[in-house]
Amino acid sequence: MAEGGSGLNIHPMEQFEVRSLFGDGPVHWYTPSNAMLWMALAVILVSVVMVYGSRGRALVPGRMQSIAESIYGFSHKMVEDVTGKQGLKYFPYIMTVFMFILGANVLALIPGAFASTSHIAVTALLALAVFISVTVIGFARHGIGFLRLFWVASAPTVALRIILAVIELISYFVRPLSHSVRLAGNMMAGHAVLKVFAGFAGALGAVAFVPILAITAMYGLELMVAVVQAYVFAILTCVYLNDALHPGH
Amino acid sequence: MEGNIANMGQFIGAGMACVGMGGAGIGVGLVAGNFLAGALRNPAAAGEQTATLFIGIAFAEALGIFSFLVALLLMFAV
Repeated sequence: MAEGGSGLNIHPMEQFEVRSLFGDGPVHWYTPSNAMLWMALAVILVSVVMVYGSRGRALVPGRMQSIAESIYGFSHKMVEDVTGKQGLKYFPYIMTVFMFILGANVLALIPGAFASTSHIAVTALLALAVFISVTVIGFARHGIGFLRLFWVASAPTVALRIILAVIELISYFVRPLSHSVRLAGNMMAGHAVLKVFAGFAGALGAVAFVPILAITAMYGLELMVAVVQAYVFAILTCVYLNDALHPGH
Repeated sequence: MEGNIANMGQFIGAGMACVGMGGAGIGVGLVAGNFLAGALRNPAAAGEQTATLFIGIAFAEALGIFSFLVALLLMFAV
């Protein structure tokens, strides 16, 4: 990157830097960093909402209980709709992933917060966990028959089936990449855009209200993107799981 | 304006990679538009298909995200 560009001095990617919380030392895997802090906060937020919400068990739910119940019902229905009854065995994991990503995405929107899900390292781990476990589930349930996923038996000719098998194979192995980069890319792009607009507001002086209005609108959009991306991650997990449970076309 | 020719290639390449995002925009627009067209014809069936809508949007968007990734790699990783 060119240093000290003329005019605007905006560093949109600076906010994604992983720093040590105490002192300026190098960041090892055990160093308490801002990434660690905000991921822990996401876990705490989710735990508080779910534990506190499900503690009362009132017949007429209060606010917290309504939140917990509707999130539970929503994700339960999502898993059941996409994967069927057999997929419900894996519902706890999918809901955990969904809640963690939702919590991290929404917490990252607090000004000054660290967007932990904008790091490929975080999302790649989540996506690889899904990819590996889905592959293992597929082979464990269907044995070698899991490979039917790549063999489109409904295609008219054998030559076409071979071509489709190659395409299906590539698309299968691209899954963890697109699964992780989608979430990280969306979060990173959103936060970078907010930062760029904030830089405009700082540079414009008297007419700064224009970019500030734009930031407000973008913030609403980012809130929607945060929720939608958590939903998309969870529902794609369901889709991949469904492929493992019911291979073949 | 100073700098070497490799940096210039990086910036031009990153800018060109962003053209791919236009394709993703067209794809997402097609998915959402066709969903809306179908949903207005048969609103009763639309509610159950929102999951399919989001899956379709996610798949269409993935390729645009790849071009974004290429741009990021050119800017920061090469």
